[in-house]
Amino acid sequence: MISLAGRDIMHAWGKFVFTGVGLGLLIGVTLSMAGIYRGMVDDAKALLDNSGADLWVVQQDTLGPYAESSSIYDDTWRSLRGMPGVASAANVTYLTMQVRQGERDVRTMVTGVTPGAAGTSGWPPYLVAGRQITRGHYEAVADIASGFKLGDTLQIRRNYYTVVGLTRRMVSSSGDPMVFIPLKDAQEAQFLKDNDAIHQQRRRTAENPAFNRPQVPGLLDAVIASQSINPYVNAVLVQIESGHNSEVVAESIRRWKRLTVYTRNQMEEILVGKLIATSARQIAMFLVILSIVSSAIVAFIIYTLTLGKIREIAVLKLIGTKNRTIIALIMQQSVALGLIGFVVGKITATLLMAPIFPKYVLLEPLDSVIGFGAVVVICILSSIIAIRAALKVDPAEAIGG
Amino acid sequence: MGYKGIHIESLKKRYGSGDTAVEALKNVDMQVAPGEVVGLIGPSGSGKSTLLKSLGAVIEPTAGRMILGDEVIYDDGWKVKDLRALRRDKIGFVFQAPYLIPFLDVTDNVALLPMLAGVSNSEARKRAVKLLKALDVEHRAKAMPSQLSGGEQQRVAIARGLINRPPVILADEPTAPLDSERALAVIRILNDMARQYETAIIIVTHDEKIIPTFKRIYHIRDGVTYEEVGEGRNFT
Repeated sequence: MISLAGRDIMHAWGKFVFTGVGLGLLIGVTLSMAGIYRGMVDDAKALLDNSGADLWVVQQDTLGPYAESSSIYDDTWRSLRGMPGVASAANVTYLTMQVRQGERDVRTMVTGVTPGAAGTSGWPPYLVAGRQITRGHYEAVADIASGFKLGDTLQIRRNYYTVVGLTRRMVSSSGDPMVFIPLKDAQEAQFLKDNDAIHQQRRRTAENPAFNRPQVPGLLDAVIASQSINPYVNAVLVQIESGHNSEVVAESIRRWKRLTVYTRNQMEEILVGKLIATSARQIAMFLVILSIVSSAIVAFIIYTLTLGKIREIAVLKLIGTKNRTIIALIMQQSVALGLIGFVVGKITATLLMAPIFPKYVLLEPLDSVIGFGAVVVICILSSIIAIRAALKVDPAEAIGG
Repeated sequence: MGYKGIHIESLKKRYGSGDTAVEALKNVDMQVAPGEVVGLIGPSGSGKSTLLKSLGAVIEPTAGRMILGDEVIYDDGWKVKDLRALRRDKIGFVFQAPYLIPFLDVTDNVALLPMLAGVSNSEARKRAVKLLKALDVEHRAKAMPSQLSGGEQQRVAIARGLINRPPVILADEPTAPLDSERALAVIRILNDMARQYETAIIIVTHDEKIIPTFKRIYHIRDGVTYEEVGEGRNFT
């Protein structure tokens, strides 16, 4: 038996291809939306993986340092380093801000890392160009997605930094590229006020009789000095010695240091389950809407194509064609339309949307397989209205009268 | 039984019930022998279409008896379970407009019926080409319906009606869209095919050009048929 659907498609291939391309663009957007969600999850995991930490020690009762602000003293790491099972502990600060480079500014997550060497927690684990930070001040390593180049001069607050290294896939959970600078500079960037504000603060402190006592020389200078430094960091990244259980070490820190500690799994749960949960729900909603719109479009197209063939269907029924042959004709056309749409959509998502989209789009093969299955199911369901219309056609319509 | 072709006795068809009931067919008797072509003539509303649909197993009559070939297909109720198979294997249709399937070429339009009946594609196409040759449209075998003239389309439609060698062909005003010359050519072909394939052909028509060609004519008026001997004029 010949394929009636195939012959009809070949006969009006232009109509099918153009309709399929239109549907494909919609499917491409749908696949891209799924890719954006996967990209967000991957960004979050990359952030955790690249930090090189086993435990995140943060301010008590906060979800810091990524989901909430967290502030702990910058000497906390010393006491943590001495605890059983801790191999290393390193301060880190995170500050999302606009970094200026010449006439433009780029939204980045400025990360303050402790002095050390590659492999220290918080440091970028690898570079694609240049070198790591070797000086205590005014050097930066930037993610390549920021668009910065080696030798570029960046302005962060009042200070200027030279880009000495470039790294890749070092982004915040919201996809902002990271810029690494020395910890002391980062602490200053988080805290440092402008000169007018500093002058105002010093004047107010000097006019306060509680701090400016003639009987206590040196008090005013001490207070002003304490106001001019930032002794806080956002978190301490801890690496566990091999052979120790991270849960046990975390519990020990919680108990004795009265700080909040997150393991790798808990931090992933915070990032994926809380930080990007709203975005994930929005994307899921868009996916549902796009699926409904795609279904409606396929149903409308197939219904219109079927109505255009009512006379032929009546003739087919009159000459003895079985219902299942007519159902197959409509359903196969619907699925064929979906296949054309899926191929166009996959190409669109892979070659057009993913490279130019401002966020990381991760197109997983499994998502494509699920998407393909969903397209086939949607096309089959969408053809039901047209099939009902076709089955209602009276063969007597071919005779007339 | 001894019947061949088509034999109809006291066929009745009523639409609706009670006061609003309409007797579309009151008493139809008709016999058409194998190889014979008869005309069915009647004014609008006389019951022609109802009779054609009943003969074509598209609507169910209310009462009566219909024998197709040597099989009783209706006797106060359908005697055949699969009416689609009956239409496919035992009844050929030729319509006023050819109603060819626009996305199939000429060969496949004709070969579709045997394919639907389970005949292999190659065998069905072989039979189709043979029939197209007999109808002198073999040279258009690979053309699409939209590329054919009106006369060629009608010949292809006749080939489709004949391909399964049905004992009866129902032709609903097959010459209406054609000029005199082509109309007479179609009637000639139908007569030739009826003889060649031993098929009984009933042609519903209003076409004054072709009425004189029938040897027997059934008139239908108010749901009742009347037989008349026709002129049986030569086509030349």
